[in-house]
Amino acid sequence: MTAAPEALARPGRLRAAQQFLADNPVIVLVGVLAVLFIVTDIVNRRDIGEPFITWNQLSTTLLVAAPLGMIAAGQTLVMLTGGIDLSVALTATAAAFATSWQGGNGEVQGVAAGLAVGLGIGLVNGIGVGIFRVNPLIMTLGTSSVTFGLLSIYAGKPFEKIVPEIVSTLGSDRFFDYLPANLLLWVAVAAILILGLRYTGYGRMLYAVGDNPVAARLAGVRLWQVRVVVYALCGVFSALGGLLLVGFTANPDLGLATPYLLQSVAAVVIGGTSIFGGWGGYSGTIVGVLILTVLGSLLTLLDAEEWQRQVIYGSIIIVLTAIYARVSGTD
Amino acid sequence: MEGAVFRPLRVSCNGMSKQTAALLEARGVAKHYGPVAALRAADLSVAPGEIHALLGANGAGKSTLVKCLSGVIRPDTGTISFGGRAVRARSPMHAARLGLAPVFQDPALVPDLSVTQNLRLTGMPLGRVRAELAAMELSVNFNEQVGDLALPVLRMLDLARALARDPQLLILDEITAALPSDLAERVFAVMRERREKGRSVLFITHRLAEVIAICDRATILRDGRDVGTMVPREGGEARIVEIMLGPEAARAEARAAELSEDDVAVAPDARERPDAVAADAVLELDGLRAGNVQELSLRIAAGEVVGVAALEGQGQDELFEVLAGERKPESGEVRLRGKPFRARHPYDAIRKGVVLVPPDRLLALLPQRSVRENVAAPHYSTPLRWGPINMRDEGRRVRHAVDALQIDMRAARQVRRLSGGNQQKVTIARWLASGFTTLLCNDPTRGVDVGTKRQVYTLLRELAADGAAILFFSSELAEFPLVCDRVLTVYGGRVTAELPGPAADEASLLQAMHGLDLEEAVA
Ligand SMILES: Nc1ncnc2c1ncn2[C@@H]1O[C@H](COP(=O)(O)OP(=O)(O)OP(=O)(O)O)[C@@H](O)[C@H]1O
Ligand SMILES: [Mg+2]
Repeated sequence: MTAAPEALARPGRLRAAQQFLADNPVIVLVGVLAVLFIVTDIVNRRDIGEPFITWNQLSTTLLVAAPLGMIAAGQTLVMLTGGIDLSVALTATAAAFATSWQGGNGEVQGVAAGLAVGLGIGLVNGIGVGIFRVNPLIMTLGTSSVTFGLLSIYAGKPFEKIVPEIVSTLGSDRFFDYLPANLLLWVAVAAILILGLRYTGYGRMLYAVGDNPVAARLAGVRLWQVRVVVYALCGVFSALGGLLLVGFTANPDLGLATPYLLQSVAAVVIGGTSIFGGWGGYSGTIVGVLILTVLGSLLTLLDAEEWQRQVIYGSIIIVLTAIYARVSGTD
Repeated sequence: MEGAVFRPLRVSCNGMSKQTAALLEARGVAKHYGPVAALRAADLSVAPGEIHALLGANGAGKSTLVKCLSGVIRPDTGTISFGGRAVRARSPMHAARLGLAPVFQDPALVPDLSVTQNLRLTGMPLGRVRAELAAMELSVNFNEQVGDLALPVLRMLDLARALARDPQLLILDEITAALPSDLAERVFAVMRERREKGRSVLFITHRLAEVIAICDRATILRDGRDVGTMVPREGGEARIVEIMLGPEAARAEARAAELSEDDVAVAPDARERPDAVAADAVLELDGLRAGNVQELSLRIAAGEVVGVAALEGQGQDELFEVLAGERKPESGEVRLRGKPFRARHPYDAIRKGVVLVPPDRLLALLPQRSVRENVAAPHYSTPLRWGPINMRDEGRRVRHAVDALQIDMRAARQVRRLSGGNQQKVTIARWLASGFTTLLCNDPTRGVDVGTKRQVYTLLRELAADGAAILFFSSELAEFPLVCDRVLTVYGGRVTAELPGPAADEASLLQAMHGLDLEEAVA
């Protein structure tokens, strides 16, 4: 019961550093990512006899990560408002189908069809959650299920799948050997999101609605407007992710984006965005996406099976949510 | 350190001669949050059977000290002994077992659960809490959701919860800030009762009249250090303010106080021209009914501060809610500058320049966001402003508002880290930054320290002088004559009397607030 007071006196510098890290979790995350890279490198050398940290592997990692980066972008925005979108994976798949279905009618029409499907599903989600106040879990699970039902009709029928040229370039090409084409899109999206969240009125409102909807309302915000827009945006970003995926695989199938639902939530949570909303951002999510991608490579190296991956991703979400809740609750 | 540590009570400067073993003795307690020093080195000693005030300006470290004592946070350094034994409370539960029960500055119950569920959650015996409430002549429906209860009720519930443990030391952090005068009286009665039983109370408040009336001794914090212990009855308010703010600031404050009193005596020239008031009435209410509001009529002119004085639950909250677009009136008419005014959403009211400072600051704040974002928030509510932010313009507006209210920006990164009084100021600052024509202030100075309160009064007078119409409610009756041109007392949802501002002293207000006719009562 008695503790020596001296033992509790921590030097000011250490305390300041602690506070700094708590306020800037991205720095810790980058550290985690670096460690993960090194571990993977060691395992790779041991098992295959080659290093993992090479330009080629880094480039591949980014190429593989970009679709998740897109889908997790939408998920980040939605989760900042305190919601969640469980339809991201099927929205991406539907967009991929739409693109390759319309691909024969020209590139623009193909891409537009994909994005329009994303926007449409997003709007339905937004109207359900924002205007009819359906719980986001239920709403997005519902649209996801409806989308799956409709898609499986099309997937059953043979039709000519033509992935537009620009989509496959964007999804699988590399410039100068090492620069993945989809990285260009990702960097653009990242810049828009990071700056947009900080320096636009809509960004402020996303945080406000997630932090305290009652207060946001009292400040004059009509919550439904913010919510409709955010789910619509999420739909579009998911569609972009779907296009990158189908550009990479060149062959849409019903399971195209399935793993990305859990991973998009995991990336956002790892990135430090609060699942209750109001705190976080896209830079954390980017690191979260990279961590998951490298972890995926490591698990592949270790011959992990799908169920083992699921267990690991699920555990990460649970453990990190608990840790973040502790850190932000007691400072 | 081993075993029990007995320390003599620090003898007060006014020569309390008896040396009693202190019940609580804190020495050199310090707490830093990163670079922010919330508490530098505070000593505090509370004797058995005394009501001890803990005073200090907003951000002085009072709540931080309370959290250290009650085991919510661990102090960086310092020793705490309780009942003669060195202790370090590891959690609020542990503190409670030691005999130390706090009522924190912010309500501590989970809003989505019922009262019963909340009490079960904390392992409180329901019967004891009910008994304590009954002893205070309060009845609370335990099946109701906590989120639906009014803030004063929640505070009394928190008090009952603490009392149910029959603690050696009861700590009350600004409990009276949100209480109307009748409930505050009940809290004082409880405190006196505790003292008679030989138990102690540590009482935090910004209302110095309460300190003089009820506290045996007072410890004053300034900037994270204790700067003196005194007997309030002997020192008087002026002395407390002087120690609290430092001699220089206190002198400036005294000057400001004189000035603002002069102001009030001169300012309301509208009163001399009653026809002028009618001519440019900004807001008019005719026979309004909503919830507890029954047939309420009033008018506010541009440049006028109209006070509404009422006991708890007489309809004042509903009145504010209707005007702010948060509640639909059942009947009656509201006109804004002669045109019918109907706000279905706060947005409608704000667009027409009618803005609200709500009674509960937790309803108005974005706790995880910065002071800047909180203050600027209303500006971006409409989709027309969802584009890029003009950072320079925003910075200027926010700085202006922050300066006007002297908000402590040391922990400005997240509003929840601000001290209670500073949070309260943020709720006012946002409307300064975004502009308005009609300001609805429902208890705007809750938890604001004496110095800043004066500034708020002056600010309200200045806003009125610039043409704003202001509706003002306060749970602290002494504020009405300082701020208002006219005061309406409301009882049972109706206006029962109208007093000119300077004549609205506590006694006359109280009478009218209890629904007594003024003349009748005098006769
Ligand atoms: N978690 C935190 N992080 C950073 N600073 C903090 C944190 N909590 C408190 N502070 C700072 O510590 C200081 C003291 O705060 P405290 O709440 O103890 O003041 P107070 O005396 O209770 O004021 P009030 O009368 O306004 O309630 C303030 O400047 C506040 O900003
Ligand atoms: Mg406080």
